Amino acid sequence: MVRLTKTVKSSGCAAKLPVGDLESVLSSIPLMEDDRLIVGFETSDDALAWDMGDGRVMVQSVDFFPPVTDEAYDFGQIAAANALSDLYAMGAQPAVAMNVMCFPSCMELSVMKEILLGAQDKVREAGAVIAGGHTIADSTIKYGLSVTGFTTKDRLWRNSTAREGDVLVLTKRLGVGIINTAIKADMASDEAAVKALESMKTLNKRAYECAQDLAIHAATDVTGFSLLGHLDEMARSAGLCAHVDTAAVPVFDEALELARFGLIPEGAYNNRAYMEGRVTVAEGLPRELVDVLYDPQSSGPLLLAMDEEAASTFISRFGAPAAIIGRFSKAEDSHIVLR
Amino acid sequence: MLDTSGYSCPEPVLMTKKALKDRPKDFVVIVDNVASRENVTRYAEAIGYTVTTKAEGAKWTLTLTR
Repeated sequence: MVRLTKTVKSSGCAAKLPVGDLESVLSSIPLMEDDRLIVGFETSDDALAWDMGDGRVMVQSVDFFPPVTDEAYDFGQIAAANALSDLYAMGAQPAVAMNVMCFPSCMELSVMKEILLGAQDKVREAGAVIAGGHTIADSTIKYGLSVTGFTTKDRLWRNSTAREGDVLVLTKRLGVGIINTAIKADMASDEAAVKALESMKTLNKRAYECAQDLAIHAATDVTGFSLLGHLDEMARSAGLCAHVDTAAVPVFDEALELARFGLIPEGAYNNRAYMEGRVTVAEGLPRELVDVLYDPQSSGPLLLAMDEEAASTFISRFGAPAAIIGRFSKAEDSHIVLR
Repeated sequence: MLDTSGYSCPEPVLMTKKALKDRPKDFVVIVDNVASRENVTRYAEAIGYTVTTKAEGAKWTLTLTR
């Protein structure tokens, strides 16, 4: 049996290019504009949004990464949940998807089949269909999907439109990047591994559904750039400051313990370096807790901004581990204040 | 002394863990990237060592004492 994570250097969303490197390239390329492109590149949103001209909006994204878990079927499920999450983060219902696969020519084809079956089951659970895709031979496995969904103009959620006074709601626990690093080092407990796997396999569908009729002012999903990276994008683009109550952030206890022992993916340090100077950390916060807030998440939670009343309705519908983790205020010197 | 240059996380932590198995009083670990520097420091501190860090060019020398 091949342990998929042993075949790659970095796994899941921790394999993202450092955000600073990416921005330095993207900022040097002219933006393409079109009147019907209502969400494009400029706000680093989760997906593009295309005005269909009849009140409907098409939302499209693509996401793929190296194996984040050892079982091929699980990896397919996680990759699909992760890709579909970009649609849920825009308030869109997934409709169609296409496979994107890099696969070693020497590896057993049954591994590819299991990945595709896992993804298919997850896409079906989302109420969407996979129809085709593209595969190339490569030295290591990478898999994901291009995904397309639909919403309406008044229900499109952006990451850039949070309002002063909004509270922030997070819908999954953080720390799967750290637990995955510990799994690679054979230092994670079976219990931690199972919890991380279940979390990554969980679609953000229910979070999207519970928020459907609520006034969501802004939304994103937390993936490779970590909670603080994605929150920074939200705060910066809205010209606000996010105050995070770190004790309220849902995290896996195991991730805190593993972070204390230095089992933190390199991507977390890239995220931290990129955010240098934009985050104020209150004195006395445990180092491992701050580490988890920079941890790259694969198939992570939705992060929603709304007023307090909507948040309490959402949390009573969704249940644990959803929690209010902070609040937006007027712009301050830093974009994020941790206390 | 342990030189973890060229290795990426979590490997340097595992190498350090193995090297500290017999709990030496002092030990020196060389790292060549920020993630390894931070992770080896966290590991050593978590098991009771004090870490002093010295930058040397593109590498760091971590001195572990207990």
